[in-house]
Amino acid sequence: MTDLETQRAIDAVWRIESPKLIAGLTRIVRDVGLAQDLAQDALVAALEQWPESGVPAKPGAWLMATAKHRAIDRLRRDERLERKHQEIGREMEVQEGQQEGDDLLRLMFISCHPILAPEARVALTLRLLASLTTEEIARAFLVPVSTIAQRIVRAKRTLTEARVPFEVPSGPELDERLSSVLQVIYLVFNEGYSATAGDDLIRSGLCEDALRLGRVLAGLAPKEPEVHGLVALMEIQASRSGARVGPSGEMILLLDQDRGRWDQLLIRRGLAALERAEQLGGALGPYTLQAAIAACHARARTAAATDWARIVALYDALAELTPSAVVELNRAVAVGMAFGPAAGLELVDALISEPSLKTYHFLPSVRGDLLAKLGRHDEARLEFERAAALTQNARERELLLDRAAASSRGETAS
Amino acid sequence: MRFLLYTTGDNTQPSAPPTPQMIEEVGKFTDETKRAGILLATGGLGPSTTRVRNTGGKLAVTDGPFTETKELIGGFALIEVKSREEAIEWAKRFRKIVGDGDSIVQEVFGG
Repeated sequence: MTDLETQRAIDAVWRIESPKLIAGLTRIVRDVGLAQDLAQDALVAALEQWPESGVPAKPGAWLMATAKHRAIDRLRRDERLERKHQEIGREMEVQEGQQEGDDLLRLMFISCHPILAPEARVALTLRLLASLTTEEIARAFLVPVSTIAQRIVRAKRTLTEARVPFEVPSGPELDERLSSVLQVIYLVFNEGYSATAGDDLIRSGLCEDALRLGRVLAGLAPKEPEVHGLVALMEIQASRSGARVGPSGEMILLLDQDRGRWDQLLIRRGLAALERAEQLGGALGPYTLQAAIAACHARARTAAATDWARIVALYDALAELTPSAVVELNRAVAVGMAFGPAAGLELVDALISEPSLKTYHFLPSVRGDLLAKLGRHDEARLEFERAAALTQNARERELLLDRAAASSRGETAS
Repeated sequence: MRFLLYTTGDNTQPSAPPTPQMIEEVGKFTDETKRAGILLATGGLGPSTTRVRNTGGKLAVTDGPFTETKELIGGFALIEVKSREEAIEWAKRFRKIVGDGDSIVQEVFGG
């Protein structure tokens, strides 16, 4: 192997091993920042030695052994940590493997701790658990590298100062903490999903990062229905990524997408995850409900075959669980499809004065659509124009202005 | 990035039948890829016995060589990873378990 090849091989090993490495080290030294430094030391040692010696047979074990030796060296120099030194001796006896998964789960809970600001949780999780570099995270989120670096440094310091325990929370705390983990993963996914054609590949790669984290979490916490719900939601949404952008980069709405381009493998995986979530019993949580809605679309062979009545029922449940104007608006769309435009319009009209929707282009766009279907073309045109003025997306504006023009000609077609 | 990893070589005949130990290790390895969140699909491959060939528009179906065995003689895995190097690293880990022979790593586009 050339040096370059070895370096790439090390990079690949690092991607695979570093989350487990950092997790195991955090258990030992009880400090996520120190654990990351030690893991980094081990990486440096690998970069120095592997080009000479070749990649060891068990690279993960090699990295762990090296990091542990560094840990002892460092802690010897630090008297305050004498106690930890003893702990390391003990912890090093602990069998690997069994512990590995538990440690990884604990690390996820720490990285997504509510004590941290949401953007810090995201950065730390991508850094520690998805093995992204600070530069990659910065590029993905379109912010300066120094911003991300600071976020990560501060997050680690906050965790240290607050002495956040390295454990899987239990009891009522578990729900809150788990929901924070799920939120972080879904945030990463959505950031990637909103990437457009011209964007850096690293940006759209966030979808894969989030999916990978979700799948890992599903393996670590298999009895949590919402984990499977989130995985299902992401798999099904990701299944459409090839169909949602047209040849000239324009967004294609769900009902207009070529369903032949949906990724059936991801749909099957999504439906299987949804089934797992549902089989675990209990009332369906918000992610599972959203996944169930996505599944209604995924199961329909054509847009016309969509089971809108079921979607309405699922939105009813979602609105009860997480009431919000946006959920209401989506519910109104489903009602319009299931029970006719007049029924949908009644619900939309009730949302017009909703402050949180004041600048949301989707509201006038939906209203325009329902009005057009009812043949109220003059009103529809005004709504489409209003929506066009509100959207930030140039392609979407074009689409809305086209519809406004169609309305002024007295046409309903979308 | 998606990659198809599959075994190749003499895929008409099984080599030495896998030992129980190897079967267990392959099982563990498959679990590991699942836990790592990279495994999208996997399966075993039976002996190849039929070939469909188009030669200038003329389709020919060739059967054989036949083998008596119904055993698996290979396998495939569709994985989703960050880089080609990562796919190669997984293929190496698999190869270390199953011993002599080739694994092919091919990127999968579209889908």
